[in-house]
Amino acid sequence: MMPSLDLTLTAQQQKFREDLRQWLASSGLESWRAEMARKKTLEERFAHSLTWQKNVFEGGWAGVAWPKEYGGRGATLMEQAIFLEEMARAQAPPLANVIGIGLVGPTIIACGTEEQKKRFLPGILSGNEIWCQGFSEPGAGSDLAALTTSARRDGDYFVVNGHKVWTSFGWVADWNAMLVRTDAEAAKHKGLTYLLIDMKSPGVKVRPLRQMTGESEFTEVFFDDVRVPAANVLGDVNDGWRVAISTLMHERNTLGASLHITFARQFRQLVERGRTVMKNGKPALEDPVIRQKLAQCYAEIEIFRLTQMRALTRVDKSGVPGPEGSILKMFWSEYNQRFQQVASELLGPYAQLTEECPDAPDGGQWAYGFLRTRGNTIEAGTSEIQRNIVAQFVLGLPKSY
Amino acid sequence: MRFELSDTQQLLKSSARKFLQKECPMAEVRRIMETPAPYDANLWRQMAEQGWTGILFAEDYGGMGLGMVETAAMMEEMGRALLPGPFLATVPMAGVLLDTAGNEELKKIYLSRIGSGESRAAVAVQEEDAAWGWQQVQLSASGGGDALRLHGSKRFVQDAGVADFLLVVARGGRGLTLALVERAAEGLSVQPMAGIDLTRRLYSVQCNATPAVLVATGEAAERALERMSLLANAALVAEMLGGMQRVLEISVEYAKTRKQFGKPIGQFQAIQHKCADMVLMVEALRSAAYYAAYAIDHGLEEAQAAVSTAKSYASEAYREVGNHGIQIHGGMGFTWESDLHLYYRRAKASEILLGDAAWHREQIARLVLD
Repeated sequence: MMPSLDLTLTAQQQKFREDLRQWLASSGLESWRAEMARKKTLEERFAHSLTWQKNVFEGGWAGVAWPKEYGGRGATLMEQAIFLEEMARAQAPPLANVIGIGLVGPTIIACGTEEQKKRFLPGILSGNEIWCQGFSEPGAGSDLAALTTSARRDGDYFVVNGHKVWTSFGWVADWNAMLVRTDAEAAKHKGLTYLLIDMKSPGVKVRPLRQMTGESEFTEVFFDDVRVPAANVLGDVNDGWRVAISTLMHERNTLGASLHITFARQFRQLVERGRTVMKNGKPALEDPVIRQKLAQCYAEIEIFRLTQMRALTRVDKSGVPGPEGSILKMFWSEYNQRFQQVASELLGPYAQLTEECPDAPDGGQWAYGFLRTRGNTIEAGTSEIQRNIVAQFVLGLPKSY
Repeated sequence: MRFELSDTQQLLKSSARKFLQKECPMAEVRRIMETPAPYDANLWRQMAEQGWTGILFAEDYGGMGLGMVETAAMMEEMGRALLPGPFLATVPMAGVLLDTAGNEELKKIYLSRIGSGESRAAVAVQEEDAAWGWQQVQLSASGGGDALRLHGSKRFVQDAGVADFLLVVARGGRGLTLALVERAAEGLSVQPMAGIDLTRRLYSVQCNATPAVLVATGEAAERALERMSLLANAALVAEMLGGMQRVLEISVEYAKTRKQFGKPIGQFQAIQHKCADMVLMVEALRSAAYYAAYAIDHGLEEAQAAVSTAKSYASEAYREVGNHGIQIHGGMGFTWESDLHLYYRRAKASEILLGDAAWHREQIARLVLD
């Protein structure tokens, strides 16, 4: 009988993981990690993760799934998943240029000209050029194709005017991969163009966007008569929607692959807390309600991990991420909120203490997580949009809007 | 790493689907469920001819010697078709118990009868307190050898009414005792307990100094029960998955054709999002169910946690998919004529069978928290 449901790694995948583990062991990871824990501000953390990325790049591990000709390692999608898992398992700092490596780079590889590839790809991998992505606007969130930031042709240039929001890394980015409107007359999906904009261009203004956690991971970016060379169009003019969709599917794929490792670690961390936190005179882990809820979390992490494996099997075969990414995104983002609530219930009054309070468990991460996970069902496509996608593209139900 | 069925397994699954579509369509399910003990001898014989009743057992006992993944694939199709009758009770329950605990002589006789399709069987575990598990068993075993007798009563015995023999969990001089009782044995009374699932019935079993054959005692009996619990739960969740998949399909089909306000109701997001949630639950269980089967086949240490993960999830999800399915159908979903309630009834019975969600979550807690 043919091999089925073979959840072991192939010899090649094992070697890939061994090589990576060896490199990680020789990379002085301990001190990288410890150093990261000491960094308090967003700026400090970014600077540290940028140095780490340069280190990863020199080790030959940046852009693992990129083709070798563009400086990548030519890894398969499975190997990329192994890479992300191992990095999460080792608690390595994140790569600073995550938008560039995970989203923009693959899109340039898929849709860019040879010149664009030569110009942009090396800087993405090395971290010399940091990227952000300009899609969402104040009036175009879930209805992304309704965006109004305009790019008017002027000789060899486009002149860009408009306002983008929720731009991660906008405050530090050198380049912005943007979706702009080049034809106001065409149907809304048909008049969009994918444009690469130098953030140092005159007329670009960045303002931090303070989120409910108090941090500013995101920014607003304003464009006032910004002149962009026409050579920076990725793909064809007015074909930006198709180019962008491929990026969005990469986004769902990239975000998810290593999350189960992080979830499992946070789960173990909470379980450890449950040994000492008391409920009704007994350790919380002996409380039947808490036991039920923790067991449910364990089950959901496992199911997420396994569903990810099934999705990977499919992507590995077909080469492109499909709408099943939407199911995974719904699952993990909603799980993460449920988990934070379970953590709150287990920790009791201590759950609300933030990092400024010396009595806060785990440096206030639970109060932070409770707030931060609210964003999970909104960022990278809301749960409602994911459900629309599943209804329309998995089940074939008629479009609702 | 490859998490999908092989071509051979896929073939096995699709031929099971074709067979059940032809031999056991919903009209036939409804006919069989109206009979006093839902089971069809002709259908059983055909299933046996295809080797289904021996799927998990060695060729020596008329079996096919396949694994749990193949069994799960078959069970998924049975659940989809809402196959009535004692397959679960006979094969993954009684059969596995005998296969694990029985000596060669017993297996030659009784397991061969299961494998060949000649006999149906049931397993009697629960008693008046209705708790799943065998720690609290009170039914007593006296005597030994040819003089072994059982005294006491059992409840919630799945499909005992059509069983040719029963495997009864008792307590005797040597502790936990697993005994085999022929249906015709003296002092044995089997009475229906009318329940919600019309396609599979529950019975109470009374033993009044009933002669029995010893299968195993003590640790051997316990080990066999644990193995049965593992395999039967893995089979059950796959069956539940098939039922959920079918409820999803029926509901999506309905949402595409039923019109209100001049549009198919499937165009409304209120309906679409329910459908999307159903997909999520079906796909989540698919991952959990096949992993549980895989973990059993490969003897993984995580097998127990994997099975309890799948059953705790399935117990809630099948019911919830049923809730959504009925709601999407509106008034039609509440009629006797609609097939949905037949699946919904099965969902509730399956939720409870072999340990409910809370029972399985407590097993997970013992494995991963303590």
